[in-house]
Amino acid sequence: MSAVDTVSPPPRPSGRPQGAPTLEAVGITKDFATIRANDHINLGIRPGEIHALLGENGAGKSTLVKILYGALQPTSGEIRWKGKPVVITNPAAARRLGIGMVFQHFSLFDALTVAENISLALADRMNMAALRERITRVSSEYGLPLNPNSSVADLSVGERQRVEIVRCLLQEPELIIMDEPTSVLTPQEADDLFVTLKRLTDEQCSVLYISHRLEEVKQICHHATILRHGKVVAECDPQQETAGRLASLMVGAELRQLHAPEQVPSTAPVRLAIRNLSVPPAHPFATPLENISLDVRGGEIVAIAGVAGNGQDELFDALSGEVHARHADTIQIDGVQVGRKGVNARRRLKAAFVPEERIGHGAVPRLRLSENVVLTRHGTREGLVRSGVVNFPGACGIVGRVTQLFDVRKGTPDPEAGSLSGGNLQKFVVGREFDRQPGVLVVCQPTWGVDAGAATTIRQALIDLARSGSAVLMISQDLDEILEISDRVAVISKGQLSEAHDAHGITREGIGLLMGGSHGGGPASTTEATRAH
Amino acid sequence: MHIELLRRPERSSRMALLSPLIALALTVVCGFIIFALNGVDPLGALYVYFIEKLTAWWSIQDLIVKIVPLTLIGVGLSICYLSNTWNVGAEGQLAAGAIAGSVLPIFFPDWQGPVVVALMLIMGILGGMAYAAIPALLKTRFGANEILTSLMLVYVAGFFLDWLARGPWRNPAGHNFPNSRSFSDGQLLPVIAGQHVTISLVIALVVAVAAWFLLRKTLTGFQIRVLGQAPRAGAFAGFSHNRMILLAFLISGGLAGLAGICEVAGPLGQLRISVSPGYGFTAIIVAFLGRLNPLGIIVSSFVLALSYLGGEGVQIAYGVSDQIARVFQGMLLFFVLACDALILYRIRVVRTLPAVPAKPVVEVTHGRT
Repeated sequence: MSAVDTVSPPPRPSGRPQGAPTLEAVGITKDFATIRANDHINLGIRPGEIHALLGENGAGKSTLVKILYGALQPTSGEIRWKGKPVVITNPAAARRLGIGMVFQHFSLFDALTVAENISLALADRMNMAALRERITRVSSEYGLPLNPNSSVADLSVGERQRVEIVRCLLQEPELIIMDEPTSVLTPQEADDLFVTLKRLTDEQCSVLYISHRLEEVKQICHHATILRHGKVVAECDPQQETAGRLASLMVGAELRQLHAPEQVPSTAPVRLAIRNLSVPPAHPFATPLENISLDVRGGEIVAIAGVAGNGQDELFDALSGEVHARHADTIQIDGVQVGRKGVNARRRLKAAFVPEERIGHGAVPRLRLSENVVLTRHGTREGLVRSGVVNFPGACGIVGRVTQLFDVRKGTPDPEAGSLSGGNLQKFVVGREFDRQPGVLVVCQPTWGVDAGAATTIRQALIDLARSGSAVLMISQDLDEILEISDRVAVISKGQLSEAHDAHGITREGIGLLMGGSHGGGPASTTEATRAH
Repeated sequence: MHIELLRRPERSSRMALLSPLIALALTVVCGFIIFALNGVDPLGALYVYFIEKLTAWWSIQDLIVKIVPLTLIGVGLSICYLSNTWNVGAEGQLAAGAIAGSVLPIFFPDWQGPVVVALMLIMGILGGMAYAAIPALLKTRFGANEILTSLMLVYVAGFFLDWLARGPWRNPAGHNFPNSRSFSDGQLLPVIAGQHVTISLVIALVVAVAAWFLLRKTLTGFQIRVLGQAPRAGAFAGFSHNRMILLAFLISGGLAGLAGICEVAGPLGQLRISVSPGYGFTAIIVAFLGRLNPLGIIVSSFVLALSYLGGEGVQIAYGVSDQIARVFQGMLLFFVLACDALILYRIRVVRTLPAVPAKPVVEVTHGRT
């Protein structure tokens, strides 16, 4: 495992801080109807400590956090705040104690200014001018520059997160819970966040840090508690462990190593071609696509990196055919001009698509899995529809195959899609398309919210599919994933796509600079990228 | 202490069957209270309301006469509502169908026989479809809210029918009554049982079964369900939302039109200033009480038909207001919609936890590094 090299080295923790825990959870158990989500969990967060909470999806992290933040009550067990037992009846009580939380999904009103948004969340009313002054002071103190008068709609995702953090800081918390804070940030923005966290811990504020990104946990956290199946399975100093060891502690087994055979020659046929694709915005908040060009050859995985909201959704819709392009020749599948063709015509050309949003886009939650198979495969002439009548038993057969291929865990043979956990539904949605052996696959966030074991399975499947001669275009915000499996990387920023670079010669920082929109120079490739394995 | 709604992992199929029954039971309980508060013997009134009409062949025939239009319209509306399209103007489409279907017998009084009856039914369907196409096109072209437009068109159709029956289409030999000429026997639907039960009962049952097949087994039915639940997923499947809006309105309008002409060419036997006691609105309750399932709608039509007849019965026997049927229908819709929550949620009474006594610390068993 190589050390983490970065352009501007972020602060690194040095040993676990001493001192009696600020917050202590003792024997926390939470039962839902039939499931024990938390099983006698013990957790102590010391002052000035960044404490990582690790675990796969469904390991019980969110349940525990909800209990600590007062949104759920434990079935049994005790929470101690500075040594004294407390009952946290609701989030407001948690805030009064000094516990703040920054959620993964922001709760801000676009139409209001920063100061207005923050004033809405404060317990007691405050003079607006004084509040603005305080926001400016606190935000600059912690390296989170914010203009209290700017309207939230104009802020980038990173700036919106700053608003959430500043809102939290104004309550002068002694413990901040952060749920996947870097999932929406560029590497540079993430580094800025880490500086802020360092600043906070210097002041003896504690942070409970939830993240799937093990490298980052290793980089900034003093201590880690690892959950599996609702139980604490290990506590460790993440800096003494490799990312691989942390992952296997979370999964409970050694992770399979990804295996990518030699790269395909550049003479392989172009199977998906995008030529000067421009799409005007469909609504006021959409990103227009400008002159996007890209070739994906059979045998390779090309990744499109970028921070959310830079045109990924619009590009996916244009590629899938949900939105038609203006000219037929702007999108070609195996040489056929499909720009003006619908999604099913493209599927009949052996193309397959996996959108980012599983619920409501890739799958209908209240329909059964077999019906969700019909959703994308009714028009592919596989015999699922004969003279207008749907062959649902045939679709059940496909559900069986997909289940086996990707180990989709479900209670009954053909449950409603919405009853599956997020990770299992993702495996189903991806597997449904793999089962067709597509010639061209466009996949958005293939391992979003999927646990480490399943993510490895999906990534290996993507590699295998590409190496069998298919063209794979992967739109992802997960840099680790991109660096791990893609052959070439392009970056989308404000609706424009950079040139595709060889993924083996590019670094996180290089991609990060492109994400910020600096298309001019090539990516810096001075340091070796960190890989998870 | 408070009450929590806990989301079930999956829809409860048991509750899907039970919730309409619970709603019905709650309606009866509230009816009991309403009768009692009005000084009417509640048990007697409920007996007259819900049971008495089932004890005589003549009243069962009346029931069937009312079941037919409710089933036809309810089935059409269920398809509409499943696709998340909100046609509340079936009453107007019913009138449009009645008018369109009456053109032949009124202008060609001597043309009789099965051919003209079949043509009348077809024209009734087309009339309802054409009238339903107006809100559909306003929606797809201009984004106009179909609830408002379809509802407002009910009154347009109602007044147009009124004007026709009083004016140009009035029977010249009808002593100035605001009715058209009476249709000849060869222009009426054939009676298959008793004095009033016509072939329209068979048509309604066939329509319900066909709609069930359409929804459950065909790609069109699948489109209806997908677009109704997740429009974005529908687009991903390659289904057109606008085409679905038009289709849903055409089916529901056509069936409402069919119900209209079946009334005129059946129990009424002539075009009148009003051809329906609000079947188009009552069918909304029918559709939801039947859980938007065409076969369930046959059952719920029976319940709502009974509410009309029972209301008349109580009015006669106990002298309560003639609005009593409306009250019962309203309560029923209210409870049906409320009980729908039970399908996706469990009810749980939660007592706020007292401070939990400390428990001995459980050691971390393995893996501490």
